[in-house]
Amino acid sequence: MKRSTFLKSSTAAVAGMGLFANFSTATSLYKVSSITEKSKKITILHTNDTHSHIEPIVGGRNDGRGGVARRAALVNQIRKENPNTLLLDCGDIFQGTPYFNFYGGELEIKLMSMMGYDAATIGNHDFDNGIDGLYKQLPHANFDFVISNYDFKNTILDGHTLENKIVTLDGIKIGMFGLGIELDGLVNKTNYKETKYLDPIDIATDQARILKEEKGCDLVICMSHLGYSYKSDTVSDVSLAAATSNIDVIIGGHTHTFLEKPELILNKEGKNVVVNQVGCYGMYLGRIDLYLNETDINNQAGTVYNL
Amino acid sequence: MAFCYNFPLKTDRKLGVYLAFAKALFLITLLTSCNSNTNVHLDTVDYKRIEINDSLAQEDSIAQFIAPYGAKINQEMNRVLCYNPKSMHKNDTPLNTALGNMLCEIIVEQVNPVVKSRLDTNIDVVLLNHGGIRAPLPAGEVTTKRAYEIMPFENEVVVAQLNKAQMEQLIKYIVDRERAHPFSGMKISLNADSSLNNVSINDQPLTEKIYYVATSDYLYNGGDSMNFFNNTTVTKTDYKIRNAMIDYFKKVDTLKFESDNRFTKAN
Ligand SMILES: [Zn+2]
Repeated sequence: MKRSTFLKSSTAAVAGMGLFANFSTATSLYKVSSITEKSKKITILHTNDTHSHIEPIVGGRNDGRGGVARRAALVNQIRKENPNTLLLDCGDIFQGTPYFNFYGGELEIKLMSMMGYDAATIGNHDFDNGIDGLYKQLPHANFDFVISNYDFKNTILDGHTLENKIVTLDGIKIGMFGLGIELDGLVNKTNYKETKYLDPIDIATDQARILKEEKGCDLVICMSHLGYSYKSDTVSDVSLAAATSNIDVIIGGHTHTFLEKPELILNKEGKNVVVNQVGCYGMYLGRIDLYLNETDINNQAGTVYNL
Repeated sequence: MAFCYNFPLKTDRKLGVYLAFAKALFLITLLTSCNSNTNVHLDTVDYKRIEINDSLAQEDSIAQFIAPYGAKINQEMNRVLCYNPKSMHKNDTPLNTALGNMLCEIIVEQVNPVVKSRLDTNIDVVLLNHGGIRAPLPAGEVTTKRAYEIMPFENEVVVAQLNKAQMEQLIKYIVDRERAHPFSGMKISLNADSSLNNVSINDQPLTEKIYYVATSDYLYNGGDSMNFFNNTTVTKTDYKIRNAMIDYFKKVDTLKFESDNRFTKAN
C-alpha cells in the first residue's frame, strides 16, 4: 500500500490552483478548505483500549493521565461546541484494573452510557469474563455494540449487537460498522464459545458498500479492534484501508498505538482513508472534525486534511 | 457517483393510467439507484489529539458516581490478610525462588481439593512461568492488593494429563530455558554444562504413567511456547490463580517460603 502525502484527486487541482494555502501540510497543495457558514461539521470523538481505567493513572511514566470524570467533562464541553458529535469506542473496555475484577465491567459500561457513547465495537478482552460476562453487562449499556465480523448466531449474544449503525446528524448520514480481531489463539474458546470470526476484509468491503451505496451514507466510519499495523501479513487497520473502498475513517484499537495524528492511507480506488488510534487507558481522546459541503453533483473537489 | 436528478412530475391525464404506472416504475428505479449522498462533499478534515490530564476539569456527577465503587475496592484492597517476614522477588535466586515456590505451593494447597473432587486424583506437578509473576511481595503486611499486583491476570488453574513422553518434553523445556520458571513436585539437577543430570517426580523416577500437571490456562493454551501441553487432556478447576492466593493468604498467619534444591546446577 502507499501512504499518500498529498491530496489525491484528479479534478481538485482546478479548484485551488494558484492559491497557496496557509496549511502546514502538503495536502493543501491543490485545494484549500472551502468551509463556509453553510458547511456542516461532524465531530467524531474516539477512545480505544480503555481497559477499565476509570481513575487517573497513579505512578509510572503515565502518572496523572486519564480518568473518566475528566473525559466526561471534555466530551460535554465539545458537545456544547458542536452538538453534531459522535462518541465511539473501539473495544477492550474491560480488564486492567480491579474495577473489572470487582464489578465485572458494570461500572465501565454504566459510565460509557452516562458519557453518552453512541457506539462501541468489541475487543478481545471484552470476552475476559466469557461471552456470558459480556452479555451480563449489556443491560447497563444505552449505546450499541457494533460488530460486523463476529457471527454470534449460536451464542447468547445473538441479536444483541448490530452489524452496522446509521446515524443522521444535521442531515449528514453517517454509517458505522465494527471489526473484531481473530479470537482463536487470543481468547480461550471457553470464553468466546461458538462465536465465528469472519474475514474482516470481506466483511468491510460488504459493509462499506452497503452503507455508502445502498443506504446512501455520506460518511462511513469503521470501528476496528484489528490493530493498527503489523510486520506480518495479519490484517490491520492500515492493510484494511488499502484493501477496501467506501470507508472514510477507520478508528482502531488493540495494538495500543499512540498516534500523534491520523495516518492517511490510499484505498483501493486511490482515495484517502483517515486511520487513527489513541493508545490506551483513556489517556487521550481523539477528535476528528469533518466539514461537509453541499455541492452540485459534478463537483468532484478533493478534501483538505489538516492533520 | 450515481446519476441523480429531479423527475418531472407534470401530470398528463390523456396518457392515462398506463403512463402513470410507467412513471411510478421509473421513479422507483431512480430512487433506489440514486442516493441523497451524492451531493454532500467532504471538504476538510481537522484532527486534534487531546490528552486527558489534570489540566481538565472533572465532571462532578461522574466522579460522585464512581466514588462508592472505588471506596469499596480500596477497602478490600487494603485489607491485611497475613504477614510476610521477608521480601520476595522473582529474581532473588537463579533457578527457583521463594516467590515462585510460594505460588506453586498455594496452587497445590488450594486447588488440590478441586482436582480431587473432579478427577479423583492429586496434582503431581505444578508448572507456572517466570514472566507471569508481575510484582514482588515486600516484607510486612500482605494485603489483597499484593495478590492483584503479583497476578493481575484472570488466569485460572487447569490440570493437564501428560504421559511420559510429554513429561520429558516439559522437563526439556525447563532444562533448556534454565530459568526460574516456578514448579513443584519435581527435582531437577543440571550438570555444569547445563545438561540434565537427574530428574525425579515426587521422589520417583519418571515412568510410563499419566502425570497430572497443574498450570494456568494461559500456559496450557500455548503461552510462553509451552507446546508440550498441545493435545493433552485438560480439566478446568474454575479457580483463578489470584483467588487461590487471596484464599491462601487469608488462611495462614505468616508466610514461610524459601528457595530450595528443587532445581539446581552443579558448579
Ligand atoms: Zn487492549
